[in-house]
Amino acid sequence: MRLVNIRPGRATSLVLGILPVAALVFVYVLASASRHAINPGDRILPTPAAMVSAMHTLMFVPDPMTGRLTLWADTLASLQRLCLGLAISTLSALIVGLALGLVPLVRALFGPLVTIIALIPPIALLPILFIMFGLGETAKVMLIIIGILPVMIRDVAAHVETLPTEQMLKAQTLGASSWQLAIRVALPQMMPRLIHALRLALGPAWVFLISAEAIAADIGLGYRIFLVRRYLAMDIILPYVAWIALLAIALDWLLRLANRRLFPWAGSS
Amino acid sequence: MTALLSFRNVWVEYGDKIVLERVGLDIDAGSFVSIVGPSGAGKSSFLRLVLGQEAPSRGEVLLDGQPMRAECGPDRGIVFQRYSVLPHLDARRNVLFGLECAGARVTGRLFGAARRRALEEVDAMLDAVGLLSAGGTYPAQMSGGMQQRLAIAQALITRPRILLLDEPFGALDPGIRKDMHALITRLWREYSLTVIMVTHDIGEAFALGTRVLTFDKRRHDPHAPHRYGATATYDIALERKTEVQGSDAE
Repeated sequence: MRLVNIRPGRATSLVLGILPVAALVFVYVLASASRHAINPGDRILPTPAAMVSAMHTLMFVPDPMTGRLTLWADTLASLQRLCLGLAISTLSALIVGLALGLVPLVRALFGPLVTIIALIPPIALLPILFIMFGLGETAKVMLIIIGILPVMIRDVAAHVETLPTEQMLKAQTLGASSWQLAIRVALPQMMPRLIHALRLALGPAWVFLISAEAIAADIGLGYRIFLVRRYLAMDIILPYVAWIALLAIALDWLLRLANRRLFPWAGSS
Repeated sequence: MTALLSFRNVWVEYGDKIVLERVGLDIDAGSFVSIVGPSGAGKSSFLRLVLGQEAPSRGEVLLDGQPMRAECGPDRGIVFQRYSVLPHLDARRNVLFGLECAGARVTGRLFGAARRRALEEVDAMLDAVGLLSAGGTYPAQMSGGMQQRLAIAQALITRPRILLLDEPFGALDPGIRKDMHALITRLWREYSLTVIMVTHDIGEAFALGTRVLTFDKRRHDPHAPHRYGATATYDIALERKTEVQGSDAE
């Protein structure tokens, strides 16, 4: 049988998927053990035990300076910024994307502007944001919004534009006004795409969040890993990175679930 | 001025390309007009004129003696070959859509007693096209024939003056097509519709129509094929057969 025709079953796929991850962990443990055999004080590849104890402190022992449980406080602060940025972006993309995609006049008016803004590297705007909004929460949330909103708008607007002309005409022959076309025909068909665009924006959103926190913050997941970097505290950085990845995966999974549950008609066509 | 729809010396031009020229026609209320002709002979342009998707470059189109607005409206319903139904609504909501557009300008949705009354009308219409049992089905789960039945029901719920059919059965199997012929004939009678149907199938044109129009170019310049436009070259009135062959729609 040809290699390209061999299709693994469910169980086989699961085992095959776990294999490289397990191998990576195994190699790490091996490398860490060998480094510690030579130098017990090694900080570059901390042992799993060292990571667990460091994380235990951050999770359950209040910080003597602030009195907060560091990991949870960081997570809460970061998620707050992230979710605020995502929520504002999604809502704006919904309204602007719908108008751009549906109304040729609006497209002619604002289309080029959105394209230009989408081409500016958002990080280059960060100094401007810090100057305009100060070093507080607003600048960080704004960075996320500026980073992901133009792409989301363009994606959603393009999707609305590709809705078949026949459909729009048919709805008009049924008496639909522009407003009714927007809310009854275009908007519902745009929603699955909007959620999809949001899922794709999650990655960049995390990048902008961590960047903003690394540069100016006093709390947050990104702030923490850049802070402890000075002490080569890999026993904190590695679990934090794993935790960030876990949060990202969970958010993505939630959005995918929402899309399937809320818009069952979208999957089969 | 008894004609429902009149074309007075209508021309459609795109730049120096002439698609339709000197179209002069009267279409009576209650007629079933089939339009045939080769590709590129302006059948679709003609349909777009009637639909209001396009305005004539010259001449005028009159509906009930009044110049027609170049915009789609609920007085002219249409069924396209594809994409005629809304994929995010089930069959009942697809048909309900037309009533909701008329009854709820701001929310686009009907509620309470108004919705229940509208749904009764919707179910009667679904019953008329044989889709009553498929009310909760989404278009993606339907066969091509069912989708076209739904599209017809959706178009008829607003009681249009004219029903336009743009190759509505072109993508269907021959057997299904027969059933659809019977269905559209029955609806045409029961609702006293005026139908204008564009089709590639000459047999279909003659089987269904009370009048067959063929569109073609009268003159042809081989060096400048776009120089002359098409017009209605034959206009054949038919004695309407009493019943279309094939099974009656269920």
